[in-house]
Amino acid sequence: MRRGHPRGAGFWGGLAFTLVVAAFMIVPVVLSGLAGVTVNFFRGLESGLTLDWVAEVWRLYADTIWRSIWLAFATLAITAVIGVPAAYALARRPGPLARAIEETVALPIAIPGLALALGLLLTWGGAGSFRMSSGFVLAGHVIYTLPFMLRSVIAVMVATDMKTLEEGAASLGAGFLRRFLTVIVPNAWPGVLAGGLMVVTLSIGEFNLTWMLHTPLTKTLPVGLADSYASMRLEIASAYTLVFFVMIVPLLVAMQLAGRRGRKDHR
Amino acid sequence: MSSASGRETPRMVLMLLPAGIVLAAFLLVPLVRLAIAGASGPDGIAAYFSILTNPRHGHDTVMTFILAVTVTLAALVVSTIAGLFLARHVFPGRSALIAMLTFPLAFPGVVVGFLVIMLGGRQGLANLVSKALTGDRLVFAYSAAGLFVGYLYFSIPRVILNVMAAAETLDPSLPEAARSLGAGPVRVFLSVTLPALMPGLIASGAICFATAMGAFGTAFALATDIAVLPMTIYTEFTLQANIAGASALALALVLGLITWATLFIARTLGGRGAAAGGG
Repeated sequence: MRRGHPRGAGFWGGLAFTLVVAAFMIVPVVLSGLAGVTVNFFRGLESGLTLDWVAEVWRLYADTIWRSIWLAFATLAITAVIGVPAAYALARRPGPLARAIEETVALPIAIPGLALALGLLLTWGGAGSFRMSSGFVLAGHVIYTLPFMLRSVIAVMVATDMKTLEEGAASLGAGFLRRFLTVIVPNAWPGVLAGGLMVVTLSIGEFNLTWMLHTPLTKTLPVGLADSYASMRLEIASAYTLVFFVMIVPLLVAMQLAGRRGRKDHR
Repeated sequence: MSSASGRETPRMVLMLLPAGIVLAAFLLVPLVRLAIAGASGPDGIAAYFSILTNPRHGHDTVMTFILAVTVTLAALVVSTIAGLFLARHVFPGRSALIAMLTFPLAFPGVVVGFLVIMLGGRQGLANLVSKALTGDRLVFAYSAAGLFVGYLYFSIPRVILNVMAAAETLDPSLPEAARSLGAGPVRVFLSVTLPALMPGLIASGAICFATAMGAFGTAFALATDIAVLPMTIYTEFTLQANIAGASALALALVLGLITWATLFIARTLGGRGAAAGGG
């Protein structure tokens, strides 16, 4: 990193190894993308390229795609509205209690989605119209993604010395609500943005909770994916996966860019 | 000032309140209900010890544990080699390579399962290549090997990021000093590089282990032959009568405790790591 090492056997060996690992990560993605636009994957690319499978996916699963987008943005809105004030309180009053609260919020990262989903079913399974609505899936996505929003916002708030900024605004006569909306939130914005990207990405891809919580009328994209893997031909499953990649990859790229900018800011 | 801080505490409580209500309703109460329901079957509290008393639960726990440990070790070795290489060398295409290795970080487990089918399924790459080369069919996606490949797939990005972050903070003068004192490359790695990387390796190893223990999506997509704990819980909860239901709930909570404790201990030992996606 710091200086050019001589390019001996160590370099080429390391490069070869790293390339093999990268191929392991990328080849299946490319294969599944290709299979989604191949007329007949079993006969290979000679059979020709087509968008028919993608169209078929749209015909069969468009509702799951729209529902996933809707859920992701609803999850984003809720985690921001409840998460940013909570992050503020936890960042301003660090201590054992704040740590305990943070640890509780982070439980869904550590505990398998299956266990959380079973708990949600036990508690809310009898609440008929809520159980049947997308709101039930939404509740699962909110508790699963909230820790990511909270951590990201707290990190920025701790790094920017909110207390001094806020005291400055208070000495100019700004009331609390005004300070919160015009000083705290704008200064925490990079954290909200990074956390928000994470929340949207995780919500669109969430399967473990959603599979247990969904009903036939509240299927999301990943639930549809599992369904197509089990019951559709390989080309349709691949085309559907391709649609998923097209949705998720821009978010992942944005996340990497935001992360890189964040690291530069700290140096 | 005292009046200001007097106003401050209720304000902080108010700021925490919306998140608190959501967490209580959808996280804490459900976990408590889960704990109670797990103990309310015919076996009572004993349901929590079904890993020890129920042969099938015991067998599946051991299988899952072995798989998770193997995957963790493999991911640590692979990612340390690749991560150290990437952190130490600058060359054209380096950032593209890093992007390729890390962007599958947030792929859902169910998609990773499908990617394993593309590699090792009946129409998979391994099958086509092995048929062309040797005439034999090679299908591994639906066995323990398929699960291993899938778990390794979602573990590598998690570990590589941590290894690279740790390697960048590594003081380059230390290995050089060791080398100038006559230490060979293996000795330098074991006595200088590895100890410096250790906190990051512990943290990311714990994330790998916990994710592999709880991974449901990958196993579900592969509809696998080998029973791992999440599949055991799922099938017992959905397919069998209420009698098995309670033990499935207890098992889910035990699994949650294992994964939570792993991450908690690792965090105490090794500091924070990045985690994303749910296997």
